[in-house]
Amino acid sequence: MEAIKLQVNGRKRTVHCATNATLVDVIREQLHLTGTHVGCDTSQCGACTVHLDGDAVKACTILAAQCDGSTLTTIEGLAQNEVHHPMQQAFNECHGLQCGFCTPGMIMSAVDLVHKEEELSPEAIRSALEGNICRCTGYQNIVAAVVQGAAGMKEQQS
Amino acid sequence: MSGSLVGQRILRKEDHRYITGKGRYTDDIQQVGMTYGCFVRSPYARADIKGFDVSQALEMEDVISVLTGLDVAADGLGGLPCGWMIHSKDGSEMRQPVHPVMAAERVNYLGEPVALVVAETKEAAKNAAELVLVDYEELTPVVDVASAAQGEQLYAEVPNNTCYEWGLGDEAATDEGFASAAHVTHIELTNNRLIPNAIEPRAALAEYNSGTDEIVLHTTSQNPHLVRLILTAFVQIAPEHKLRVIAPDVGGGFGSKIFIYSEETALAWASKKLGLSIKWTAERSESFLTDAHGRDHVTKAALAMDSEGQFLAFKVSTTANMGAYLSTFASSVPTYLYGTLLAGQYRTPAIYVEVNSVFTNTAPVDAYRGAGRPEATYLVERIVEKAAGEIGLNPAELRRRNFIGKDQFPYQTPVALEYDIGDYEASLDKALEMASYETFEQRRVEALARGKLRGIGLSCYIEACGLAPSQVAGALGAGVGLWESGEVRVNPTGSVTVLTGSHSHGQGHETTFAQLVADRLGLAIEDVEVVHGDTGKLDFGLGTYGSRSLAVGGSALSVAADKVVEKGRKIAALLLNTEVDNIAFDAPVYKMMDSNETKTFQEIAFAAYVNHDWPSDNLEPGLAEKAFYDPLNFTYPAGTHICEVEIDPDTGVTEIVQFVAVDDFGTIINPMIVEGQVHGGLAQGIGQALLEQAVYDESGQLVTGSYMDYCMPRADNFPDFKVGMTCTPCTHNPVGAKGCGEAGAIGSPPAVMNAVINALGGVEIDMPATPEKVWRAVLSSQAQKIA
Repeated sequence: MEAIKLQVNGRKRTVHCATNATLVDVIREQLHLTGTHVGCDTSQCGACTVHLDGDAVKACTILAAQCDGSTLTTIEGLAQNEVHHPMQQAFNECHGLQCGFCTPGMIMSAVDLVHKEEELSPEAIRSALEGNICRCTGYQNIVAAVVQGAAGMKEQQS
Repeated sequence: MSGSLVGQRILRKEDHRYITGKGRYTDDIQQVGMTYGCFVRSPYARADIKGFDVSQALEMEDVISVLTGLDVAADGLGGLPCGWMIHSKDGSEMRQPVHPVMAAERVNYLGEPVALVVAETKEAAKNAAELVLVDYEELTPVVDVASAAQGEQLYAEVPNNTCYEWGLGDEAATDEGFASAAHVTHIELTNNRLIPNAIEPRAALAEYNSGTDEIVLHTTSQNPHLVRLILTAFVQIAPEHKLRVIAPDVGGGFGSKIFIYSEETALAWASKKLGLSIKWTAERSESFLTDAHGRDHVTKAALAMDSEGQFLAFKVSTTANMGAYLSTFASSVPTYLYGTLLAGQYRTPAIYVEVNSVFTNTAPVDAYRGAGRPEATYLVERIVEKAAGEIGLNPAELRRRNFIGKDQFPYQTPVALEYDIGDYEASLDKALEMASYETFEQRRVEALARGKLRGIGLSCYIEACGLAPSQVAGALGAGVGLWESGEVRVNPTGSVTVLTGSHSHGQGHETTFAQLVADRLGLAIEDVEVVHGDTGKLDFGLGTYGSRSLAVGGSALSVAADKVVEKGRKIAALLLNTEVDNIAFDAPVYKMMDSNETKTFQEIAFAAYVNHDWPSDNLEPGLAEKAFYDPLNFTYPAGTHICEVEIDPDTGVTEIVQFVAVDDFGTIINPMIVEGQVHGGLAQGIGQALLEQAVYDESGQLVTGSYMDYCMPRADNFPDFKVGMTCTPCTHNPVGAKGCGEAGAIGSPPAVMNAVINALGGVEIDMPATPEKVWRAVLSSQAQKIA
C-alpha cells in the first residue's frame, strides 16, 4: 500500500492505495468523487479526464502512486462558490450534453484546451477533442459550448 | 399562461447535476459492505464445456464465492426469454433456443458468461476470475450470416440454423407488377453490423435484504419495469413484489439497454443466494463482446417501374442475423419493424418481403437506434436513387412522382401500416432549398478543379414510432401491450410531481415532460418535478425506445393532466358553492363563469388536501391522477436528408461537406432538445455509413473489440449539420408529437451512401465507406471510364 498526499479540489487529502491502483479508481472509490467517469479501457474515450497540476490527464491511464504531492481538480472542483464555471454554463446553455456521462471529461478537456490555445476556431476545437468520445450529441453543440465557454473564461479573466 | 411553454427552447433542468459531477449512475453507487462481481467468459465462439474447476479461485484471498452455469441450472432458473413471437410463412412458431443466464454445457458466442466470481474487492474478483478453470472442447462455429443456414446445425431444435422464414405482402400482386414493368432496378446490399457503444458501460448493483426478503437491483436499463417483469415472471428469481428495479442516471442506451441480459440477472440471483450486495460494471471490452449488436442484414431486392417512373412493385429478400440467442426483442426487428416500412414515402402498390433470420455464433443482435427502420430506409432509398440513375431521371423528381400526396391520408400501405398524416413534398422542397440542390453541379465542377470528387445524395425516410398500439402489437406477436403510464401528483402547496413509465437516458424528459405538464396547468417549469426509473415509485411503465416517450408517455401525462384539471373544477365548484358546469379552467385559474370569483390552481391544490367538508358523493380528497395511454396507431415521422461529400481520390477519404436534415416530428415541445436528438442520430447514422463495423473473424473472434479497432465517430468527422423542420401534427394523440429520437440514424445512412456512390460515378460499395473501400472504388471507376 502507498500513502499518497494530494490537494484535491482545494482540500488536502491522504489516501492509501495499492501500488497498481489507477488514479481514477482512487478518485471514484476512495475520494468518492464519482463525477469522473470510466467509459473504456484503452484511454480513448476521455470520460475520466481531470486536471493534474493544471494539465488535463486521463485518470484511467496514470497510477495514483505517480501523483503523490500533486494538485488535482475534478469536475466537482470546477464550480466556485456554487457558481458554474463558464464552461459548465456554456454546456448547459448550448445543450452540449445529453446523457451526461462523457460531459465531465469533455468539460475538463475543454477548459484545458482554452487554457492552452489562444485562438480556437470551431475546426480547431473539433480536432482537439479527438480524445473525448460522445455518443449522444453529434458534437455540434459541444463545439458551440466550447466556443462560448472560451469567451466566458476570457471575460472572467479580464 | 397555458400554451406559453410548449415550443420554447427551455434549458434542461437535469443539466446542473451532470455538469457539476453530481449525476448518479449505477457504478457511482457505493455501499458499506458491498462486494464485487466479475464474470468468467467464454474465449471461444462455440465450445462444449466439459467441466469447471473453481478450487484455485476459491482459495484466493477476499474471494467469497464462485457460481457457475451449473449452479444456475441446479437452482432451476429459467432462460432469458424473447418477448416477440414471430410466425413463419407456414404458420409455425419461431425457433427459440434456450438462452441460459450462464452457460453450463455449451457456449455459443465469444464472451458468453459461464461463471461469476464474487469477492470483497474488484481486483480480487478480477484476479480470481482468471483462475476459474473451464475445460472447453472447441467446436466449429457458424459466423457468416449469408451462409449460416447451410452451416453446421447449432441447436438440435433449430434446423438450418433458421429462427423463422417470415413473409409480408402480396407476392402474386408483386409478381404481376414485375411482369408489366418497363424497367426493373436490382440491388444487393448489406447493412453493416454495429456495436451500440453507449459511453456508460452496462452495470448492476444487486442488494439483498434478508430482513425483508427484498432484492433491490440498480441497473443501467431503459425500462426497469420490464426488467422486473422478466426476472420475476420468467426467470423466477423472486416474486415480483420482492424485487425493486432502479435505473438511476443512465449514460446513453440507443437500444442496447432495453434488453434483459445475463449479468444483471445473475447478480440479482447471486445477491439473494449469497445474502450480499454485489456490484458489477462492464469494462468496455465486455460491452463490445456482450451488448446486443445492431443491424447485420444481407439483402437482395428489385423495384419495378412503368415507363413514367411510377413504382409498380417492390420485392425484397433479406437474411438477418440474430446472433447466438434471441435477445429480448430481436425477432421483431427484421420483421415488423423492417418489412412494414418498405413502402417508404411512396405509393408502391405491391410489395412483398421475405426475411430469413438465422442463428450464428456471434453476440445476440437486437434493436439499435432505429431498429429495422434504418435497414428498411437504407434499402428503399438506395434502390430509388439507383433507379433514378438507371432511367435518367433526377432523383428528387423520381421521388416526387411517387410520393403519397398530402391529400391522400390516411394512407394504407401494402405492408400493413396506415400512415395517418404527412407532407413529403414539403420536407423535400425545404431540404432541396437548404442544400442549394439546384447549384450542385457548379460545386461539383469547382471541386473537380481542386482534385476532389464531389457527390450529392438524397434520402426521403419514414419511420413508425410511438410503439405501439397494444392491440396491433399483440396481433403481431408482442408479448406485452405497449401503452405507457403517467401520473400527475399535485402536492398540497401546488407544486407537481410527475411520474412517468418512460425512462430518460439522455433524452431530456425531466425538461420536456415538465414543460408539457407545466404548460397544461399554467405552472412555472421549476414547480414541476419528473420522477422516473424506479419500480418502487411508479405503478408500471414500458420504458423508452422506438421514439415513444413523448408520443406515448407524454400523451399519458397529457391525459393525466386533463384529469387533474377536471377534478380541480369539481373542487372549485365545491369551494365556490356552484355547479361544476359553471367552472372554467383558464390556466392557472379556475373561474366561475357567471361571476368574477376565481380560485387559483394553488388554492385548489391546498383545498384538495386540507378541506374538511367533502360531499359524500363522487368527490374524494386529494389531487393526483393517473393515466394509462394506449396509442391508437403508430406515429410516422418523416423527412428528407441530403448529404454532400467530397472524396479525395488519392486517399479514398470521404469528407461530409454538407448535411441537411429536414424532419417532420409533428408538434415539438422543446426545439433545442429535438435538434440535439437529430444531431446525435445523424452522427450515429453517418458513423454507420463511413466508420463503424463490427467484424468477427472465421473463428468467431471479435476483431473490432475496442475503441482502437472499432471506429467511433469523433468531433472532426462531422461538419455543422443544417437542421430544418416541417410540421404535420400527429392526428391521433393529444400531444400531436410523432417522436424524434431515431430519425437521424434512419435517414442519414442512405443519404451519405448515395452521395458517395454519386461521387464515384455510380460504383456501388457497401457501408462503411472506409478510405480503403472508396479508394478501390475510385480505381474501378477510373478503369470503367478508360474502358
